[in-house]
Amino acid sequence: MKAPKKIEDISRGNGPLAQIDLADQIPLPAPFDTPADEIEIPPLSEDAREKCECLDDTVVLNIPKPETPQEEERLVNSFLEGMRKTFSEEHNWTFLQPLMMSIEHCAGCQTCSDSCHIYEETGGNELYRPTYRSEVLRRIYYKYIAGKSTWVHGDVDLNWTTVSRLLELSYRCNLCRRCAQTCPLGVDNGLLAREIRKIGSQEMGIHPRELHEDGSVLQQTVGSSTGMNDLVFKDNMEFIDEDTSEMVGYDVETPIDVEGADILLIHNAGEIMSWPENIGAFTTLFNAAGLSWTLSSDVAAYDGINYGVFYDDVQLARTVLMHAQSAAKLGVRKIVLGECGHAHKALTVIADRVLTGELNIPRESCMTVLRDIVRSGKIKFDKSRNDFPVTLHDPCNLVRLMGVVTPQREIVDAIVPEGRFREMAPHGVENYCCGGGSGFAIMSGNNFAPWRQRVLGRRKFRQVLEAFSDVPMDHDHPKYLCAPCSNCKGQMRDIIKSYEAWERAGIYYGGLVELMVNAMVDVKPGFVDWEWH
Amino acid sequence: MQTLSLVVAYLAGVVFLLAVIFRIRHWVRMPMHVRWELYPVPHEGKRAAHGGSYLEDGEWWKKPRKTSKLNELKVMLPEIFFLVALREHNRRLWYSSFPFHLGLYCVAACSVLMIGVGVIPALRLDFLVNGCIPVLGYAGLVLGVIGALGLIHRRTTDPGLRNFTNPADFLNLWLFVGVLGFALITALASSTGFSAITAGVYALVTFNSSVAVAPGAAGWMVPLSVITMSALLAYIPMTHMSHFVGKFFAFHRIRWDDRPNVRGGPLEGDIQKVLGGRVGWNAPHIRGGEQQSWGESAQQAAQQEAQQ
Repeated sequence: MKAPKKIEDISRGNGPLAQIDLADQIPLPAPFDTPADEIEIPPLSEDAREKCECLDDTVVLNIPKPETPQEEERLVNSFLEGMRKTFSEEHNWTFLQPLMMSIEHCAGCQTCSDSCHIYEETGGNELYRPTYRSEVLRRIYYKYIAGKSTWVHGDVDLNWTTVSRLLELSYRCNLCRRCAQTCPLGVDNGLLAREIRKIGSQEMGIHPRELHEDGSVLQQTVGSSTGMNDLVFKDNMEFIDEDTSEMVGYDVETPIDVEGADILLIHNAGEIMSWPENIGAFTTLFNAAGLSWTLSSDVAAYDGINYGVFYDDVQLARTVLMHAQSAAKLGVRKIVLGECGHAHKALTVIADRVLTGELNIPRESCMTVLRDIVRSGKIKFDKSRNDFPVTLHDPCNLVRLMGVVTPQREIVDAIVPEGRFREMAPHGVENYCCGGGSGFAIMSGNNFAPWRQRVLGRRKFRQVLEAFSDVPMDHDHPKYLCAPCSNCKGQMRDIIKSYEAWERAGIYYGGLVELMVNAMVDVKPGFVDWEWH
Repeated sequence: MQTLSLVVAYLAGVVFLLAVIFRIRHWVRMPMHVRWELYPVPHEGKRAAHGGSYLEDGEWWKKPRKTSKLNELKVMLPEIFFLVALREHNRRLWYSSFPFHLGLYCVAACSVLMIGVGVIPALRLDFLVNGCIPVLGYAGLVLGVIGALGLIHRRTTDPGLRNFTNPADFLNLWLFVGVLGFALITALASSTGFSAITAGVYALVTFNSSVAVAPGAAGWMVPLSVITMSALLAYIPMTHMSHFVGKFFAFHRIRWDDRPNVRGGPLEGDIQKVLGGRVGWNAPHIRGGEQQSWGESAQQAAQQEAQQ
């Protein structure tokens, strides 16, 4: 294992600070327990190595090295200027107090390290300690912004190597905040990773292309990060309605732009493109329950994503506002978020300190709406249709960061036969991130995709295998991994595909609503299409 | 010497109080931040057991909001006194950190009792003066020294901790060893044990420098111990050990702050105020320059799109 020995190492030397060998990683459970079963991470290309300062085995940001000393100085000063703003009331009211709390009070006890799936699954590599990047940020702050003693607060040199590696390192955290949960002092290293990302984005204009240009900007201009404009959206919805009607055995139609409806349902548009059955399942359930609801074809409002929550407060606020304005325009009574964790967090919790007046429309999770449908008895479910092993993934944004834990479990109880459901260990608010959190699920530049699957997603995959360990691990015994979040599903799809977990262990993934419709008595059997993916 | 010790003690008390007030003011005056809670949130009542929130209710905004301060106390008090999070997640460090903190609590309780006995004659009861005070005092000093030495050992020998420990952190811990250790030796050296120190505190709170505080060999040690303990008291809030103040805000103002902003509610005014602040970030996508407010900047993207 190659790892930095000291905090100061981030400023020094060329080449990667850390490298992960397979030998550093704890083997997965059977049937993926031999090196031959592992995902190969191809080495970074020579081009990428020459172009960027290297942090480790992969690159997310692709920041080119400055070509002249003047350019380097400008970039370093820009970073420092961003830091000054981050620590100012005027520019960073959104997070100043949590930031200062985490900067000032860390005791360096490392209690958080063992709770981090990345640190653990890299064999305890120093670079991936939740505290490593935080300590670099802290030392830069005290030395270069606050002008305090390095004897008291520690030393680090600020140069382009430090800046570029620190920005890159901020994208080695899933922002799942499991570390913050264990901190005795309330320090939040996930927050600090996000603040570093903000300095890069809001001051220097440095962000992953997938989150910014192809993400929030595309959503705010074209309508969706998928690139789908409103016309394509409506076309796609027609196709989905047709397919769903065929699957359920009767006609279903998704209401769009219905003024005065009770509910504006906002899906993650990634579902429309990649998991249309999820969209169709929502339509089936909401119609069958007799809800008054609609989708919106307004720009940004047919896509619940809000990637600003991962890297940029201004982009976050802009998308929040567009969602709320569309809801106000339709005159709905409430907004309901579909199966997308970060959309939940952005619009329900964070937006709660952004929206006021007529835009302050109540927001609710689809989990409670679906749970109330089950409780109402308006839809009849036949548990025996879901007679296969099921486990449930808890999306961090929905569960640990919002406290929505039991509604989805109540639903599972109502639609899965007794003895078929098993929890992961740990679960609920102590869950592990899928490894795709903070936008990683949609990032795949350079060799990041296999790195994300073998390193970031390893703990979740381990949990899934352990949850199903009591049933034969082969293709003939299908198992359902229920992941009610679009980003989590994207990550699970990639892991399952790379490890051939469907072919070799019968592990299939999907959302919660698909499982619900699969158990609906009034629907043609076989809504879950095991072979489709 | 005795007069000097009284002066230093008074000054240290004032410095400590001012520093704590300054720390509290520092956190209280910070602007509103966006919600960033982390579950479980204990005031959520029964739901807290599984980490749930009021967002588990359908149409939660129509239901009366119930919170339990008692539940917060049930979490906070064991956390303060037994360092529960550290015990659960970092047992090896807890073995040193817990006695260290418990020692400080005992010393603090002993000091409060000594002051109480000095100020209120009715409290000069035998079981307090000759029972609680010496027991708390000796226990606190011994535990504090053992804990501080344990923390120094852990931070020296564990590479993960060593990397994150600055010279000043070691100095702070050695200060505790030195100051608490000296106070312990003083008490042991005095033929009357803690009675001498109690007398010193009595002199302090009665503004009476003529009170004979320590007979025998410990005559100069008692005022010197008062001076060093006082200096340590004044020093603590100047360092990151002021987390005893910050922790309250970390939990109550951030981690557990799930107050909903309902339409027309009290939070909306505060939100309008912060949204009126200017956005001075320089990245190309944050257009509008120095004069644009947060609200305007957010509105801009929506308006531009509406015009297209």
